[in-house]
Formats: sequence, C-alpha cells, structure tokens
Amino acid sequence: MSTETLENEVVVKPSEPLLSKRRKKLITDPLIDDNPVTVQVLGICSSLAVTTQMQPTLVMAISVIFVVALSNFAISLMRNTIPARVRIIVQLAVVATLVTIVSEILKAFAYDMYKELSVFIGLIITNCIVMGRLEAFAMGNKPYDSMLDGLGSALGYSWIILTVAFFRELWGSGAVFGVPVFEYVSSLFGPDFKLATNGLMVTPVGAFIILGLIVWVQRTKTGYVEH
Amino acid sequence: MQQSNTYIIVYSAVLTIILGLLLSGSAQVLGPWQQEAIALDKKKQILGAVISAEEIAAMTPEQVNKFYETRISSTVVDLSGAEITKEGITAEKVEIAKDYKKPAEERSYPIFIFHAEGNPEAVESYIFPMYGAGLWDAIWGYLALETDMNTIGGITLAHAAETPGLGARITEAKVMERYVGKKIFDESGALVTVMMQKGEGKEYGDDAHKVDGMSGATITGNGVNNMLKAYMGYYESYIKAKSTPKAAVAAL
Repeated sequence: MSTETLENEVVVKPSEPLLSKRRKKLITDPLIDDNPVTVQVLGICSSLAVTTQMQPTLVMAISVIFVVALSNFAISLMRNTIPARVRIIVQLAVVATLVTIVSEILKAFAYDMYKELSVFIGLIITNCIVMGRLEAFAMGNKPYDSMLDGLGSALGYSWIILTVAFFRELWGSGAVFGVPVFEYVSSLFGPDFKLATNGLMVTPVGAFIILGLIVWVQRTKTGYVEH
Repeated sequence: MQQSNTYIIVYSAVLTIILGLLLSGSAQVLGPWQQEAIALDKKKQILGAVISAEEIAAMTPEQVNKFYETRISSTVVDLSGAEITKEGITAEKVEIAKDYKKPAEERSYPIFIFHAEGNPEAVESYIFPMYGAGLWDAIWGYLALETDMNTIGGITLAHAAETPGLGARITEAKVMERYVGKKIFDESGALVTVMMQKGEGKEYGDDAHKVDGMSGATITGNGVNNMLKAYMGYYESYIKAKSTPKAAVAAL
C-alpha cells in the first residue's frame, strides 16, 4: 500500500501587481467609457455651480478626488462590519467627516478659495458620485481596488468639470485662470478689435450647453448609445 | 447575518466617537493656521476700503501685514464718540459680530485710521467697520471716509451666506466702486448716507446719495443700506467731532 499521499501542489497565486490590467481599467474606465458625469449623469449640480472659473474648479476637483478616494478606501475597510440597517448612515458619516476635514484644511491654507467655494465644499457630501461609488463598488470590493475605483471616478469627474470651466471662463469672461486671454488676442489685431464675451456662459445655462456638447462629442467617438 | 440591536448601537457609538475625535483633532491642529488666515483676511478687507483690490492681490501675506502695521492705526470709541481706554479693548480684538448682539449703547466701536507711512498724524482716511443683516445671514463691511468726514473714499462689503450671483455680488469690485465719491451728509448737514436703489443699470452720477442697485438682489441691497445708515449713525458723534475743528479752521 502506497503511503504516498499526493500532496496537491499548493499553488501560491502571485499577488496582483499594484497596477495590473484589471486595476488600470478601474482608473481608466470612468475617464471616458463610463464617465460619471457624461455617461452615468451623476454630479451634475456641482458641474454647473462651481465651473464659472478655473481656479475654484481646480480646488473643487482636488477636494472631490481626496474625498472619493479616501471614503472608498475607508468604507471598503469597514464593509464587513457595517450593520446592514445603518449602512447608508455610516457611509454618510464617513463622507461628512472627510468633507469637513477638507473644508478645515482649505480654511487654514487657502482662505480665499474657501471663501469663494464656501457652500459648495460642504455640498460634496451630496454629490451623487461619492455615495454612488460607495454603494456600487466599495461595499463589495477590497480596499485598494475601491480606492482605485474612487480615484478613477473622481478623475473622470475632474476632467469634465475642468473642461467646462475652461470654456466658461474663456468665453464668459475672456480669461483662463485669471489671465486675460481675450485682451491679449484682441490687442494683436489692433486697437479697434475687441473679442466679445458671452454673458450666457457665466450662468448655469452656459454650463449645460457645454456639458451637452461634450456628451455629444464623447458619444460620437465612443459610439455609446443609451437603450 | 442579522446583527443584533446591541451591535448596531455599539457600532454607531464607537463610530461617532472615532469620527468626532478625528474632526476635533483636525480642528485643533489646523486652528492656529486658520486664525492667521482669518486675521490676514480681515486686514485685507480693511485695506480694501482704501487701496485697490489689484494692489492687495499682488501683495504677499508678509507684505500685507507690514503695510497694515505701518499704515493703519486704530482706536475704539463708544456711542458718544469718546475714546475707550479700558485695558484689553483694542480695535483688532473687538468682535463686531458678537458686539452686534448688545444694545447700541454698550458696544465698542472700532475705527481704523489710514495714515501716511510711519506718521499717524498725517491721516488719509478713516475706516469704519459695519455689520448688518442680508437676506439669509450676516453681512458686514468697512467704509472709508476721506478727511472731510463726508466723502466716501471706498468700501469693502462681505457676506456670510448670500446667494451667489445675486446678493453675493456685493463683493464685486464693480458694485463696491459705485460708492466712491458719494457723500453721507447732505447740504443741511443731516446724515442721509448712501442708498442703493432698486434695479440696475441707471447712472446716479449727479446724485451723491444714491448708487445703482443689483438686479434680483434688492433685499441684500436694503440690508446694505440699513447697515450703512445704522453704523454711520453710531459713529456720527465721532465723525462730527472730527469734522468740527476743520470747519472751524475753514470758517476763519
């Protein structure tokens, strides 16, 4: 009788590289194919409100990236311990804490931006993208993956609002990041030439129009059709 | 896995404690920087009444502090215009928002005096802080009067929570500039201050007591008017005291 016991080779799966193909996809998908703003139509409110100029938009983008990535990470760490009946409240508490911390940091180091963005930083809590990713991904996936997914969604949101802000500031006030571009261009053509700005771009209506144009261009390129 | 009620309650309590600690911890750590930022912002607002926003924007925080130190001196008066010399009450320490809750006779009224560099006697403007109510929350500002104690040299306005694009426009340079050159006393010497009119787009160049309003922000505009009227009234004794010696000299 053979006393050989066939030991199953213990296959040690090599741990997934930090930026494996699957993980890279978590970041790149929300940039175009599954963009939270233009495809999932989330986070429209702040896309309209803060994008009148590029500087507050940049601050907003960085804040959202911070909040979404960290809250995804935190909730994913806690996901097995959160009681089902208070799930949403727990998520809300974590997000609210992070947003408050961001607000306090801005108040300490970027007071001018804090004054300008005032209410809108607090409103990041209500940004659908934050809770959306928590529910859709963080509650069921590992922490590092969740953080990457949050990062991807926030980056997708960021590039959209920065683009909207670029055109709104350029066409609405003739400047980019405060630099009076229209004035420079006008001066190239002589003293009588003046590039006109479009007052509509300064209102949310202008933001909607630009957003619509971006969606159009994006869907033409990716061929995405809603069913 | 149906969790017991005890688990839920304990979990919530522990979570609240942890998050609370995080928040109060960050507030503690960031506190000093925040105080610095707020103090700097207040100085910028005071200076905004006498120098242009572009000049202030071009200055570094150290430059703003230095400029403020060499060019602004301050005093605190009471309702009758007499200087308050009590220990510990300086213009910088007076918190207008808190003082506002006291009746007018009990408040301390700070005044910031803009003078030539290093020479507190060579006064260029008097800056009066004001506080009032906008549509949703508080509004405040700093009004600069020229040495004739009648002509407005400039004004800074700020708000806590006015509507962006409507009431919040009081912070726009274009709106604040409307007050430059207006007068607070009329020919007979009565304090009429300057009233923001309803509607926008009219020129009030020839009327020294009216400025163009903001369309859609009438209530905030009324708040500004009331604030100006109230506070110029409180400072009236001081203003009249400062202007009589000149009038007496001019009459000679």
